[in-house]
This record gives sequence, structure tokens and C-alpha cells, in this order.
Amino acid sequence: MTDASENTGPMLAADGTPLKQSLARSLRRQKLRALMLVAPLLLFVMFSFIVPIASMLFRSVENSIVQETLPLTVEALQNWDESSGELPDEAVYDAFVRDMVVAVDNKTHTRLGSRLNYEETGMSSMFRRSGRKMGKLDPETDGPFKDQVIEIHDGWGEPKTWAVIKTHSPAVTNGYFLNAVDMRRTPEGAQAQPEDKQILIKLFGRTLFMSLVITASCILLAYPVSYLLATLPMRVSNLLMILVLLPFWTSLLVRTSAWKVMLQQQGVINETLVWLGLVADDARLVIINNQFGTIIAMTHILLPFMILPMYSVMQTIPESYTRAAKSMGATNWTTFWRIYFPQSIPGIGAGSILVFILAIGYYITPEIVGGTKGVFISNRIAYHISSSLNWGLAAALGTILLAVVLLLYWVYDKIVGIDNVKLG
Amino acid sequence: MKPTKTMLTAAVLATAAGGVSAEEMTIVSWGGAYSKSQLKAYHEPYSEKTGVTILNDDSSAEAVAKLRAMNEAGNITWDVVDVVAADAIRLCDEGLAMEIDPDTMLAPAPDGTSAADDFGDLLVSDCFIPQIVYSTTFGYRTDLVGDTPPTDICAVFDLEAYPGKRSLEKRPINNMEWALLCDGVAKEDVYDVLATPEGQEQALAKLDTIKDSVVWWSAGADTPQLLADGEVVMGSTYNGRLFSVIEEQKQPVAMLWDAQVFDLDGWIIPAGLSDERKARALDYIMFATDTQRLADQAKYISYGPARASSAPLVGQHAELGIDMAPHMPTDPENAKNTFLYNYEFWADYRDDIDAKFQAWLAQ
Repeated sequence: MTDASENTGPMLAADGTPLKQSLARSLRRQKLRALMLVAPLLLFVMFSFIVPIASMLFRSVENSIVQETLPLTVEALQNWDESSGELPDEAVYDAFVRDMVVAVDNKTHTRLGSRLNYEETGMSSMFRRSGRKMGKLDPETDGPFKDQVIEIHDGWGEPKTWAVIKTHSPAVTNGYFLNAVDMRRTPEGAQAQPEDKQILIKLFGRTLFMSLVITASCILLAYPVSYLLATLPMRVSNLLMILVLLPFWTSLLVRTSAWKVMLQQQGVINETLVWLGLVADDARLVIINNQFGTIIAMTHILLPFMILPMYSVMQTIPESYTRAAKSMGATNWTTFWRIYFPQSIPGIGAGSILVFILAIGYYITPEIVGGTKGVFISNRIAYHISSSLNWGLAAALGTILLAVVLLLYWVYDKIVGIDNVKLG
Repeated sequence: MKPTKTMLTAAVLATAAGGVSAEEMTIVSWGGAYSKSQLKAYHEPYSEKTGVTILNDDSSAEAVAKLRAMNEAGNITWDVVDVVAADAIRLCDEGLAMEIDPDTMLAPAPDGTSAADDFGDLLVSDCFIPQIVYSTTFGYRTDLVGDTPPTDICAVFDLEAYPGKRSLEKRPINNMEWALLCDGVAKEDVYDVLATPEGQEQALAKLDTIKDSVVWWSAGADTPQLLADGEVVMGSTYNGRLFSVIEEQKQPVAMLWDAQVFDLDGWIIPAGLSDERKARALDYIMFATDTQRLADQAKYISYGPARASSAPLVGQHAELGIDMAPHMPTDPENAKNTFLYNYEFWADYRDDIDAKFQAWLAQ
């Protein structure tokens, strides 16, 4: 009281430094310690998640192979007008031979052939067949080359070949993204693919539609089960819980193949129906190798991902609320619809996001039970990764899928609100 | 046999160095009965002879993509890889497989014929060492085809004579050829026709006539299972799979053989191995693709050896005790009407026709 003047000066900590400074320092130390604790996880996420995704995004536009393999040709082609309908002049052929001699020596010409074959059928064998003979030419003494090169393979005498090389020469390309939406890069700009090759947009649409149907059927089936699990006595509900989790402990392939045994035309369900006389022997139901089969099998496989979040949310809904509603004269339906259901929505939301995002990326199950009309876009991605080796297109498809998921997430946030999602 | 302690030390050292020790090599193959036949015919005798431990990796189905990823990462963990010829060509094009000189790197036949002549036309790529000839052909249920079992390939397209479902592979290769063949195109013209958009439309139109009766498969085990369940009347698959359905499982199934498509399977050595590993891989290849070894494999699986000099040495099945020669796709009785997979054509047209085929499937 008497030393009021002392309080106007800076407050000092025990060691004499100003309190504010000391506090900041100790907070900083705390933050640093916390950061060090999460550092392993951060680095793990960084290297196993963010870096691969970034490199995938980059791969969908990366196209340096043409410039790297044929640097002189690409430069010489800048002076050629592909719309003239005429062949490029000797300068281009001369540059091409110089590039090819180096490429054949490094064995990169066939690689470029595979790359360009995605755009123009036949380029792969043109580069492979021409390689050996062109590698033997001497750029300094054997010219002029135009006729010699066309002699080696008549494909080099077609203006179209050079137009393809020129069109796809930029190191960064939108070509893969155009391909991913059933279009292609041409000298005249982006054009639609021929109708008999358009399939990817359709598959995107089908993937989204079927994932929505699967999510909806999961909600319908999981809601009553979760309700039972949350309201039954502990002993019974634990037993039921094991039944829900049991499929988790079985291999995905086994579960999918089991559906095959169940649903095929000589399968358990059809046999039973025929035996009961409900279905004629020659009119057995087709319930697999189509969309229906995919929906059934995937709903079954993804069901636990819906039940678990729903269950943990429902468990937290106090029973006293429903009792209170009933005591005030609400009917069973009103109690459920006005009191119980609104409180369970966060569980539905969490489960739906989980199931939908998992469903959109599935490919093994659709491949096995989907037949022709039940396959997803992921099946094409898998094809381009492992069979055609067109990783650029696969990356573009993956990027679009990622963008669609983020977009839907945003829409969900606008409509339902992402805060309204709980895992328990 | 080396003392266990040394081997343990070597293993520990190898683990510590994160690499492969001098005593180990990783061989990649398809798994199942096929890997077993290689284990018996190649790996076990080789390990016995040299003391090298062979690790099996059943990744051949994804070999091309994985080798490319390994190559980009700069860490190749495989020493020898079993792939089909089409994949070998692709790997060679991508610079992911090593080129092989048959005269210096492969053993000559016992009578002195050079390896290049002994393998002959089957050396379809500079990087490829053929091992077996297999075929994709049809099997049918003998109890579901009535009194006149099918004898030619066009039975597949004949829904009136042979009603019921058929299983075909979910890709254009082989199906397009068979469709054209049964639509009146002469065998020697098939690929010329298929190279044109009209020819591709023609093939798809022919397939369209049976589209509603087709079950599409993507794994080699599907057709045998579908046949055994009676789900399909006939279906295409690899001849070795049908052999096991017919002879090992004794199902009422028979082979059609007509217009069977020959294909090759064999080894490649990844490019970019260290000198030491390369030498070991080459040593293994020299051993495992000699005349006797290739003939030995046919004791365990019904695929034909790729060397001409191995054919006379093919004996009996190791467990069933039946003669294997009549079950080989190359047996004259079976090979009356055959096709050879046209590698160059499909390397060019695969992506284009596959896009059209998938679009057609999705209609």
C-alpha cells in the first residue's frame, strides 16, 4: 500500500528479469518441446503423405521427356507450321538424326516411343524399329537425311507424326488432364476424344453415384444396428459388437469372393430360390457381375465404418431426454424424430464421410464382382498404373478424384457443417 | 552346406547394410503352382549346387510398375524377374531390363546348337529369356454341351448350339482376334484388319452378339472356378489352369485347343544391378534355362519348354504319373490351329484398342 510507486515499474520474476519476458521465454520453450514431441509424426506425415501427393500432382502435368530426348528436333520444329500440311524441311530431319543417335546410345528412344504411343498409336514400334538403323548414321557425314529417315520408316514421312511430336513437346502439359476428361490435345487445341473412346467421364459419374448409393444403404442398415448396440444391455451389445467387427478380421478378398459364391447364378441364393420354387430354373436372378453386386458387396464391406461412429455417438445420448419427452406426452415417433434423431446426426455425418471417401477409391471389390457396369474410376487408375504405365494419366485421374472429394467435403461443410461431425 | 553361424552372420550383415548379401538372391514370379514348379525344377537344384539362398517374391503381376518405381527410387531389390513376353518388351523399351546376348549368356543345347538357334523365334525381345510356351484357350463343361462337343473356336459365338454363359478375359487381347476369326476374316489377315478402326468395330460388333452371355474375368483362377461351379459352359484361360481342373480336380471339363493363342513367359534381369549381383543373376539364368532344366519344369506343370531341344526330354507328371507330352500346348495333336500373340501389334495398339474395348464394355 505504501509502496504504490513500485508497482508502476515492470514486474520482475524471481531471477530479476521482467516477468513478461520470462513468461514468453518459458512459453516458447514449452512450444518447442511440444513441437519436438509431434516432430516424428509431422515428419512421417510429411514424407509418407504430403510429398507423395505433391509428386503425384506434379506428375499429372510433367512432360519433359520429349524435350529431353529430342532437344534439337523440338527446337527445329518451332519453325515448322503444322497446319501447312507439308513435311518439315531438312533442318528438322538433321536435328532428329542427331537427337536419335544420342537417344539410341542411351536407350531412351523406345521410352519416348511408349510415351508418344499414348497419343498416337504406332509411335512405339516406329521408334523401336527405327532405333537400330538410325543409331548407325553419322550426323556429320551421312546427310542429307530427309529421304534416308523416311526410307527407314515411312511414318517419318507423315506430317501427322511431326505434329504429334510438336504438340506434345512442352515440358509442362495439360494433355493428361484433357485425356482424363475424355478430351485430347491436338495441334488445333483441345478436342473431344472420338466417341468410341469416351469412358472416363462416365466412370467418374458412376463412381460418385454408386458411392452415394452405397453410403445411403450403409446408413439405412447401420442405423438400427447401432441403435440396438447403444441401447441393449452391455453383455448382449458386446456380443453383437463382436459380430459387427468379425468381418474386419477377415481378408477383403475372402469376403468379396464369398459374395461371389452367394450371389452367382449357381450360387446359394439362386439355388435356394429355385428350390423354394420362387424362381424358375431357367430364369435365375442375375445379382452379381453388375452394379447390384458391387453395391451389395461394398455395402457389406463398408458397413462397420458406418456402425462404429454411429454407435459411439448414440452411446452418448442420455436416455433421460427421451424419457422426459415421453413423460410430456410425445409419441414414440415424435420422441425419436424430434429428440433422438437430431442428436445422432453427427454420427451419421462422420460415418457417411468415412464410407463415401473409402467407397470412391475402391477397386478390388468392383473388379471382382462388378462385371462391366459395376467398375469404378479406380479400376482405370489401377490399369494405367500397372498395365499401360501411363502414370501421367493415372496421376491426372487421381488428382481429379482428390479435387472432387475436397469439393464434396466443402459442400458438406456448407450444408451440414463440419463441426457437426463426431466420432464419439 | 555352410555352417549356420556364417549364414547367420551374413544375414545380419546384409540386414545391417540394407542390401542383399552375396548368399541371397530375390527371384520374382507368379506364385501358386507355377512358382512351385520353378522351385522344384530350378531353385532347389541351383541352391544345392551353389549354396545361394533364393528368396521368392510373388509379384510378377505388378512387376512392370514396381520395377519402374524401383528404378526411379534408385534401389532395385530384385535379381531375376519372371514376366510374360509383352511385359518384357515393355520393360526393355523403358530401359528397365538388361539386354541379353544369347550366345554368351545362355547355355547351348547338349548337341552343340547355339542358344539363339535353340530358342529360335521365341527370343522376341533383346532383354527376354524365354522359359515356357503357354496358351490361352477354351475349356468347356462336357456335361453341358449336349451330344456334339464343340470342336472349333466359333462355338464360343454360337449361342444357339451352345446356350449358356461363357467367360472371357476382360481385355481386348485374344478376344478381338477370335471375334474376327469367327466373323469370316482369314487367319493371316486378322492383324491387318484389326489395325483399322473399321476392323476394330467389326470385332466389337461380333463380340456384341454374345455380350449378354459373357462373364468377364481378370484373374487366371476365375474361369476354372466358374467351370467347376457350372456357372459357365465354356471359358478361356491359361492351359495349365485347365490341366489342373481336368487332371488334378477331375472336373467334367475338356479342352477346346482350337485357335489357342501361344504366349511366352520367361526371365528378365533388371537393369542397373551391381556387377556382383548381375554376375550371380546371369549365373542363375545360365543354369535355369538349360535344356534339362526347362524339360524338368514340365514335370510339375503343363507348359511347354521354350527350347526345341527340351521337347524330347519331357516326361511324366511328378505326382500324377501321367505322360505330360499330350498335355503340352505345343503337342502336334493340340497345335493344329494356333495363333502366336502378336507382340509388336499389341505394343502399339494396346492402349488405343483397350480404351475402345472398355468404352464398349461400359455401354
